[in-house]
Amino acid sequence: MEKKRYERPVIASLNAGITNKFGTRNLNEPISHIDGASIKEITEQYGSPVFILSERKIRQLYRDAHRAFSTRYPKVQFAWSYKTNYLNAVCNVFHQEGSWAEVVSIFEYEKALANGVEGRHILFNGPEKTESDLRKAIEHDSLIHIDHFDELYQLLEMSESLKKRPRVAIRVNMDTGIYPMWDRFGFNYESGQAWDAINKIILTNKLDLVGLHCHIGTFMLSANAYAVAAAKLADLALGIKLHHKQNIEYLDLGGGFASKNTLKGSFLPGADTIPSFDDYAEAICGTLLNAGFTRENLPMLILETGRALVDEAGFLAASVVANKRLSDGRKALVLDAGVNILFTSFWYEHKMTPVEPASHHTEASVVYGPLCMNIDVVRESVTLPPLRKNDLVLIHTVGAYNMTQWMQFIAMRPAVVMVDQEGKTHLLRRAEKTDDLNAMESMPEHLQSFSLA
Amino acid sequence: MNLRLKNNIAVSDSGFVFNPSTGDSFSINPVGIDIIQLLRASKSEQDIIEDLSDRYDADTQTIEKDLYDFFTLLLQHQLAEKA
Repeated sequence: MEKKRYERPVIASLNAGITNKFGTRNLNEPISHIDGASIKEITEQYGSPVFILSERKIRQLYRDAHRAFSTRYPKVQFAWSYKTNYLNAVCNVFHQEGSWAEVVSIFEYEKALANGVEGRHILFNGPEKTESDLRKAIEHDSLIHIDHFDELYQLLEMSESLKKRPRVAIRVNMDTGIYPMWDRFGFNYESGQAWDAINKIILTNKLDLVGLHCHIGTFMLSANAYAVAAAKLADLALGIKLHHKQNIEYLDLGGGFASKNTLKGSFLPGADTIPSFDDYAEAICGTLLNAGFTRENLPMLILETGRALVDEAGFLAASVVANKRLSDGRKALVLDAGVNILFTSFWYEHKMTPVEPASHHTEASVVYGPLCMNIDVVRESVTLPPLRKNDLVLIHTVGAYNMTQWMQFIAMRPAVVMVDQEGKTHLLRRAEKTDDLNAMESMPEHLQSFSLA
Repeated sequence: MNLRLKNNIAVSDSGFVFNPSTGDSFSINPVGIDIIQLLRASKSEQDIIEDLSDRYDADTQTIEKDLYDFFTLLLQHQLAEKA
């Protein structure tokens, strides 16, 4: 006699109460494939846990965003935010789509150059650029976004010593009606500090002021804040034209567009609450087109959005290590993927989906990672079907920031795989090994041996 | 650990469990129903493990681990008591 399929016994209390107006939608439809590639086969080949990126989804997100802006404004340029995900293959997907590079450190700058991006297509942001960093950027004719007066004066000195005119923009911070106001980066608009910087650059006549830049926040849930930012940057650009008879070539509105992840504490899922690319585009483009630029002086619009272009293209496949019952009766799962490789679990309620078919019986579970640290909580409560040891779970969406902010802490960083548009898998980064870490260490001679009783 | 199901617990074939003493109701999956029916038939822990491993595609270790957890829940929900 053929045996029946086993499922861990589950008993769930039925609570009478106010009817949930959103219904009881079953979110546990299994996801077994990503773009035609079997998740189970990927874990068999590359190990568990493993990050999986969808090339098709990255391109689709980029094209959706580009279409939203380019159908509203004649000169649009995207620059890929390296810090969001600087795996070279991911960067090159964006470069193939037409993105320039936006970097915030010399390490990222060198990555962009090595990927084949010309210096003039690299925007160099960030509060720390050393003299040698700036020299490299000047030599490659990159666009240097000045963050503070110390950097401005350093560039003035360097332009003399190098006999070059660096192409620069200033980063402007401003009140756009949102909290917190990011005033730690750049020069303030309301206090007149931005004008002081602009006047210094133009009157010393050693740098080419070609752009104005702002980046008003992250995971912005209000598109209108971008309209305020665009109006203030446009006001500066038009003021420069009026007072100095000089055109600004581009306005860089930065990034900060939200992805469809759900922030902790949100009542509704992220997908139902965030502005669309069209909302952001309408706010920014509508403001710039009505700001008062003549058609020939309309500046190029640069966008550095990262999260919204890659978050939904990333998945993390993990395996169940153990089932546990906590002292208060709650169910707990231990996975082989923890917060050291899933930094975003500190602020997102990531979706978790079984990879294999499961029954409709579910249980609310706490999901822990494998670290021997109390903070290693991937989800505080998520409804999941009964899962057994070694069952696979897909955590999504995780494409933004996890593959750059991950850390080697207790466990190694896993492999990253990309599924191409034909459904073939490619290894982008192999899993780390103990030897990788030991290769960077050295042992003083007097500590090389010991004997234990 | 052996458990005794409380006498007045009502269980439907579709997996609905009702405890008239507390007024609580529960949903339960097919393996859970089988365990409840075996407890009702006064089967021991070992009998239940053997019975389930004969009928389901799981090893006895897995069934044993899950049974411990399920017994804890039955006690917690006051549906059973230690025999």
